[in-house]
Amino acid sequence: MAYSIKVLDHYENPRNVGSFGKEEEGVATGMVGAPACGDVMKLQIKVGKGGVIEDAKFKTYGCGSAIASSSLVTEWVKGKTIDQALDIKNTQIADELALPPVKIHCSILAEDAIKAAVADYKKKHSEQVSV
Amino acid sequence: MDFNADHFSLFDFQPTFRLDQALLDRRYLEMQSKVHPDRFASAGEAEKRLSLQWATRVNEAYQTLRKPLARARYLLHLAEYDLGSENNALMPADFLVEQMEWREAVAEARAAGEHHELERLHHRLQREMRERHEEIAVLLDDRHDLEQAADRVRRLMFLEKLLADIDDAIAACEE
Repeated sequence: MAYSIKVLDHYENPRNVGSFGKEEEGVATGMVGAPACGDVMKLQIKVGKGGVIEDAKFKTYGCGSAIASSSLVTEWVKGKTIDQALDIKNTQIADELALPPVKIHCSILAEDAIKAAVADYKKKHSEQVSV
Repeated sequence: MDFNADHFSLFDFQPTFRLDQALLDRRYLEMQSKVHPDRFASAGEAEKRLSLQWATRVNEAYQTLRKPLARARYLLHLAEYDLGSENNALMPADFLVEQMEWREAVAEARAAGEHHELERLHHRLQREMRERHEEIAVLLDDRHDLEQAADRVRRLMFLEKLLADIDDAIAACEE
């Protein structure tokens, strides 16, 4: 299958690959995996004051489109608040990368990864507040 | 023979996960020899077409039943249980962390060209897959616990992908 230029760019030069230290302040992790294709995606956000995402990193084992989708969202979430990050829709990712219909599930995986990371942050944060 | 019968009935089997593989192979060969298009070389067009349809049908059923994962998925399908394989949020976090570690180990061994390490991972994974198969047999055939069986099936789908990755890495090392 032919990948779009944007997918190839993110695939060949993925942005923000890696991990934050688990104990780093404000770090939350979203882990998702799609049984249908067997891809695994880890997306981490580093949240600062006012719930603004200062940095993001990812690690994805999957096809080029899954890697490109997660690379793209790590760029998009930076500077957004966690609630704004929740507004990122898979259709925006798919449009930006010109994903073909059979690869739409990769963009859904990336959207789910953001949601999972934000949920993890909110869970940790509410625990801290209640202590 | 009933064209619309399910895959199990087609081979005169009960719909269970545990299955006599040798008997399945034997029945498959018997049926293939009856319906194979080569036997209908001198027959009319309609008969030829019918034999081809049957040969395809028998093949599809055999390919589904002989592979444990495909068989388990088919049993859930017969029970009208939705596996949710498109849902990304169903897998437990510890399972996904473990999957990440597997993939990292495979990527590292591949990059370093460590053939023996890849072989070791291949065998370790096969052992784990056999354990999942045994669990699925108990859950589907004995306990009829579709929910838990579906969980094991989803795990197995990741493991199959992982096995393909490992074998791909082994092939790359051998080139």
